[in-house]
Amino acid sequence: MDHPTELQTQPAAVRVRGIVKSFGTGDTKVTVLRGIDLDIYLGEMLLLVGESGGGKTTLLSAIAGILDIDEGNIDVLGVPLSDLPAGKRTTFRGQTMGFIYQQFNLLPALTAAENVAVPLLIQKIGRSEALRRARAMLDRVGLGDRTEFLPKNLSGGQQQRVAIARALVNEPRLLICDEPTAALDGPNGQKIMELLREVGRAPDRCVVIVTHDSRIFHFGDRMANLTDGRIVGIESITREGTA
Amino acid sequence: MNYVALKMLFGDRAKYLMLLSGLTFAVMLIVQQGSIFWGLMTWTQSSISNSNAPIWVTDPGIAQVDEVKPIADTAVDRVRSVPGVEWAVPLYKGLLRARLSNGDYHQITLTGLESSTLIGRPAEVLEGRFEDVLQPDAVVLDQWAVERMGGPNVIKIGTVFELNDKLARVVAIAKTQKSFTNIPVVYTTYERAISYVPRERRTLSYVLAKAKDGVPVAEVTTRIHEQTGLGAFTAEAFGWKTFMWVLKNTGIGINFGTTIVLGFIVGMAISGQTFYLFTVENLRQFGALKAMGASTFTLARMILLQAFTVGLTGYGVGIGLASAFGFFAAGSGGLPFVETWQLLFIVLVALLAICTFSALISIVKLARLEPAIVFRGA
Repeated sequence: MDHPTELQTQPAAVRVRGIVKSFGTGDTKVTVLRGIDLDIYLGEMLLLVGESGGGKTTLLSAIAGILDIDEGNIDVLGVPLSDLPAGKRTTFRGQTMGFIYQQFNLLPALTAAENVAVPLLIQKIGRSEALRRARAMLDRVGLGDRTEFLPKNLSGGQQQRVAIARALVNEPRLLICDEPTAALDGPNGQKIMELLREVGRAPDRCVVIVTHDSRIFHFGDRMANLTDGRIVGIESITREGTA
Repeated sequence: MNYVALKMLFGDRAKYLMLLSGLTFAVMLIVQQGSIFWGLMTWTQSSISNSNAPIWVTDPGIAQVDEVKPIADTAVDRVRSVPGVEWAVPLYKGLLRARLSNGDYHQITLTGLESSTLIGRPAEVLEGRFEDVLQPDAVVLDQWAVERMGGPNVIKIGTVFELNDKLARVVAIAKTQKSFTNIPVVYTTYERAISYVPRERRTLSYVLAKAKDGVPVAEVTTRIHEQTGLGAFTAEAFGWKTFMWVLKNTGIGINFGTTIVLGFIVGMAISGQTFYLFTVENLRQFGALKAMGASTFTLARMILLQAFTVGLTGYGVGIGLASAFGFFAAGSGGLPFVETWQLLFIVLVALLAICTFSALISIVKLARLEPAIVFRGA
């Protein structure tokens, strides 16, 4: 079960209480989340693990505010996300969150630097300033010499690095990662997780990662296990292994 | 985000070119067919435009310029007596057969001009002097007559042929706008024209007139009609009357209209479908943008920018191609092709409608898009 850490002495950055989410209606109705309670703290990297269909991605989507929940509350950085109207939720998401996806979701027509600049452009930051910051961020993830490459000319690992740079360029307080290593081989997956810990994890940021990949479990600070729509266990992790 | 939208559009080159082709084809088809239609309609009025007369006085029941209903010879003096009329001259217009020295027969339109002024003559002469029409048996042909009656080796200055067994000698070739029926036009004096045609009780086809300076032409036509009981039109009004008659009494409007509407529908279908597919294939990217904080309004603006960018490019290319067709195929005046700003404006409106329609179906899809789509693998 969960072991208290020094981080948990402060208020939770993400506070999930009793959320329920179903899909479909009538006989085809499937309840995916069945009353989830979860706290995520600034400075920590939380892994959401569990069997397929257990509700990990649905929970991640709900925390990100891109999926409406049926019941319960989600507070992110003190803002009741589930009560915000869609437009304000979108703005809030753009200002406070960064996303890393399993399939990278880079825009194929844009160079690496332009892809990284997209969240800044959405925030109406000027193109030249956005590109300057994007190049600096690519430098931080080790792609300073690939800024003008199109995604198709980058390897899978490099594309995920671009995605990490894009997620971090607007300095989000909450970093949402969906299976960030699933499309990569073992060594590249390890490198991506090392990078995420190195540049993604920060004292004023929490990182939530959905993963199946047991080879990267040791990178997290805590690990929440979702099974059949419920959290069945939360463990703290030491760098050497599970505590 | 405009920059991102345009890069997305141009980045998928195959889709972009397909979209561009669809819109270009639609614009080209509409402009080309519209210009040919308008050109043909202009040709229906060539008798009017070639005469350069501001007022046409006709039988009150006239339907169009080529359907001549002779009026009494006294009409000329009656029109001259109307206040505000500066001058009025007779004009003969009728169909006749010409017999060439090689035995060929050709139907021609005989036009008789008042001999002292030659009012109603074409403005430009390609060969010879129009004034030589005053010489005995002299006639002037339009350049289409040369083409239709055997070419420059058969018809040239000095060529002699027969009109109703009477001698006619070519003294000049005039430049005119081609007529809808493309019947060769033979100009001569009014008196000689009357001598060529079989005797009729009434021979005067039209009275051409001009309003005095400072007197509105429309006011003068109204006075002529009220005081003489004859039909009186400005050249523009008579042209429109002829235009509407052709439109109502021939299948030309339906034929061209169908092609133009089909061009519009095909253009809309191709571009709508391609643009929709373009959006659907980029749905994951749009979902990612939405997840990253791009509002539906921002995405809609991006889609509209993409649609109008490709649309206006297609408009330019389509008009360019249609104009090139007009320049090369119709530049000599042999094919009807009149590209007016009104047509280009209508096509622009139609194109914007196509783009808006294409964008809207994509925007509806995007508005309903759940950004959570980005969290689904592959």
